[in-house]
Amino acid sequence: MTNYSIEAVELNKSFGRRLIFNDLQFKFDKSGIYGISGPNGSGKSTLVKIIAGIIGASKGKIIHKLDNKEIAEENLHNHIGFVSPYLVLYEEFSTYENMKLFAEIRGTKFNGDRVDYLLEKFLLYKRKDDLLKTYSSGMKQRVKFIFALMHSPELLILDEPTSNLDDEGKNSVYELIKEEGQKNIVLIASNEKNDLENCSDIVYLEKYKN
Amino acid sequence: MIWKIFLFLLLAFVSVAGIAFPIVENPSTWYQFPLIPGLEENAKIIFFHVPTAWLTVVAFFMSTLYSFKYLRKKNLDDDVKSYAAAQLGMIFCILATVTGAVWAKFAWGSYWSWDPRQTSIFALLLIYGAWFALRSSIESEEKRATLSSVYSMIAFVTVPFFIFIMPRIMTGLHPGSADDTNAGPVIDFKMNGNMQLIFFLSLIGFTILYFWMWNIGYRSILLREKLNKQLIRG
Amino acid sequence: MNSKSYSLFLKDFKSELRTRYAINALAMFIIVAISVILFSVGNEKISPSLTGGLFWVVIFFTAMSGLSRAFVSEEERGTSLTLQLIAAPSTVYAGKLIFNIILVFVMNTIIAILYSAIFEAFIIKNFWLFLASFVLGNIGLAVSSTIIAAIISKAGAKGTLYPVLSFPILLPLILTSVQLTLFALDGISFERAKFELAIVVSYDVIMLTASFMLFDFIWKE
Repeated sequence: MTNYSIEAVELNKSFGRRLIFNDLQFKFDKSGIYGISGPNGSGKSTLVKIIAGIIGASKGKIIHKLDNKEIAEENLHNHIGFVSPYLVLYEEFSTYENMKLFAEIRGTKFNGDRVDYLLEKFLLYKRKDDLLKTYSSGMKQRVKFIFALMHSPELLILDEPTSNLDDEGKNSVYELIKEEGQKNIVLIASNEKNDLENCSDIVYLEKYKN
Repeated sequence: MIWKIFLFLLLAFVSVAGIAFPIVENPSTWYQFPLIPGLEENAKIIFFHVPTAWLTVVAFFMSTLYSFKYLRKKNLDDDVKSYAAAQLGMIFCILATVTGAVWAKFAWGSYWSWDPRQTSIFALLLIYGAWFALRSSIESEEKRATLSSVYSMIAFVTVPFFIFIMPRIMTGLHPGSADDTNAGPVIDFKMNGNMQLIFFLSLIGFTILYFWMWNIGYRSILLREKLNKQLIRG
Repeated sequence: MNSKSYSLFLKDFKSELRTRYAINALAMFIIVAISVILFSVGNEKISPSLTGGLFWVVIFFTAMSGLSRAFVSEEERGTSLTLQLIAAPSTVYAGKLIFNIILVFVMNTIIAILYSAIFEAFIIKNFWLFLASFVLGNIGLAVSSTIIAAIISKAGAKGTLYPVLSFPILLPLILTSVQLTLFALDGISFERAKFELAIVVSYDVIMLTASFMLFDFIWKE
């Protein structure tokens, strides 16, 4: 069990002069499964992007801590796994090449065993050397899980994790969420009931609209 | 209100004095300007051309300053202020270029001769032309503010290079240029007291005018945005 | 610059080998630009100083046709997000910069060779001065074009804006480089060109610093 925590302090985000959410506060300091919920356009994706450090907040901030030490912004990406429908990997490379390149760019050692294990788990081992552009959308979605998990992140952010997946795929994702939730923090942004049913705590974005 | 009347009177005086005061060889009364060899009547441009050039620099500098402030504080009002300043800067830049070119036709014999200052103002026109083109291509307010602020910063750091390179590559023709005494009517700049006074009054008057225009400019943009927002909300 | 940015560069290099996004366009552009000059010159004899200026015209427009790919290709395919998830902004900028520097060097070396083969008036009398100005000019060109490429990749209009935004920023560099090329054609010594060389060196250093400082703002939307 890792000692990771994320905390939102008076978080505010507006696009131009349009407010997305205001005065958002939460703290997740134990491993487990947490959710972010809200209708379409309520800012779920915006919030997870802010948490992942991809875009900045307008006011306030997100504090990531590992063993009570704050993680510097430029190292944050090595502690986070991120899956979303709008994530795109390099289509001109195969799954295996993608993962190898990502490990090198991260500056970490390529863990072949872990990638093989994940490839098996997501039923992609046979296609690992095919270019991504030959994959179906469901397969691409599964590759994203490998991308998110290969560096064993302490925080797993899943934005609509089950989109494009068939029932079999969905079940393996739920299994994975439970498994990861044992030792890490899993954050799910979704408005599907099934996705959120295992969450111990849910942030409802409609509550922070003014 | 009082200062508006004051500004009106000041600019009216400067315009009349700048255009109508006679230039004589040996000024004896307060309203006479000295004759500057090589410039003669052309010298009067200094009351109008120099303030526009000065305000171009002030306005673009303020625009850059507010861009910098935007990047630090991410307050969209700063971006609006920067934009309003740049708009005015562009107007004064064009005015300075045109008045300068017309003057050059009479003083140097051609509208354009790539003198260092002409080249610099041309570079400014290019930079801000590009800046406005960049702004108009971006839909999202925030993105527009950030990217155009970054571009102003990059453009700003190139300015010293222009200052160092220009005099090496081309010769200066402007009155008062340090480097060249042969090409064109370059002279020691000799203004007498009253000429200097009117020159500085003109500078002050135009500067106040600029700040007034800038204030109205950015407030009207802010109001327009507020109204748009209300209309959208119904 | 470290192994991470080098790995990012390798990724781009491999990707370029597979997709040939930039290389084909650049190679064709060099041929087109030089032949336009050849056709317009016809049988006229052009002076060495004119060839020096035209040399940088070809370099500028060729750079404008290819260097924006580094960021625009990521943005078009939607892979910018992926990059943000695996690398710090400075790594991304450094990686893209290495790619563009190498691209600029390859492309400008080809231009220089073709150019001196085709134009008889383009005779370099002080080769080392030419080489120094060529290397420094290329670095400056790559640095500025890379940061402008990052800006336009995030802006809406992509192709047309690139030369418009780049030209004023590159103008001091190009003016000085043209001057230095003319010095090299005239066989002027290093001693007399040191002011111009100093300008180009400081341009490279200042632009590099400013780019690294400002890239965060562009990259993090």
